[in-house]
Amino acid sequence: MIELLFLLFAAVAVGAAINVLVQKHVLYSSLSLIVLLTAISGLFVLMQAEFLAVINVIVYAGAIMVLFVFVIMLLNLPSDEDGADRLRWLKLAGIPMGLFLLFMVVRTLWNVQSAPAAPELAGTAQAIGASLFTDYLLPFELTSLLILIALMGAVVFAKKDL
Amino acid sequence: MIPLNWYLILGAVLFLLGVLGFFIKRNIIALLLSVEIMLNAVNLTFVAFSSHNGQINGQIFVFFVLVVAAAEAAVGLALVIAMFRNRETLNVDRSNLLKW
Repeated sequence: MIELLFLLFAAVAVGAAINVLVQKHVLYSSLSLIVLLTAISGLFVLMQAEFLAVINVIVYAGAIMVLFVFVIMLLNLPSDEDGADRLRWLKLAGIPMGLFLLFMVVRTLWNVQSAPAAPELAGTAQAIGASLFTDYLLPFELTSLLILIALMGAVVFAKKDL
Repeated sequence: MIPLNWYLILGAVLFLLGVLGFFIKRNIIALLLSVEIMLNAVNLTFVAFSSHNGQINGQIFVFFVLVVAAAEAAVGLALVIAMFRNRETLNVDRSNLLKW
């Protein structure tokens, strides 16, 4: 049962990722990325990381992707990206080499002998919060500084008279 | 119980798809979306190791990756707006002032 759910979520994730790449208009790409994020959240639930699953949907699919869609709508883009001035043979050479790299990576990971699984760990808000506010307190505080800098940077960059 | 390998392979496949998108797309917003795919693949791998080893640290890392992704999206999209305002295009091949 759980294997079936894994295969379902994995198929949805890979399909959505491919759809992100093949869509011509970037708006459809970002909507497809939301599907990918939802599938990843399902995989998090399968791994007992419930808090991260919820956070992934709320922050990623709910906030970051809305920001993307908002900017795409704001700019009112032309639907077709003109990639004609790109060298064609780069794409022709890149796809076989990418497939080869994929084959090598999958073959290597398939043969990995992993250590026996540890006892189950529930990634609840309590467990994450307890670790975040003791062992990782300094990175957590520095994160607020990072967000402040990003906030000011975004305001400055998007100003009219840059 | 799903073996660890399956999650690692899925993470690798998603990461490679993100890399592929970063190389073949020319729209700068599509490049940002490809970066988001790669970050999610890494998140998946982190959580897989965390759950397999029974330690919470990997999930904390995912938390920080989420924060950095939010900051990156905010700054990146502000740069996209500035680029579109100045050059009237989002094609990264057209922004070649520093190229010769």
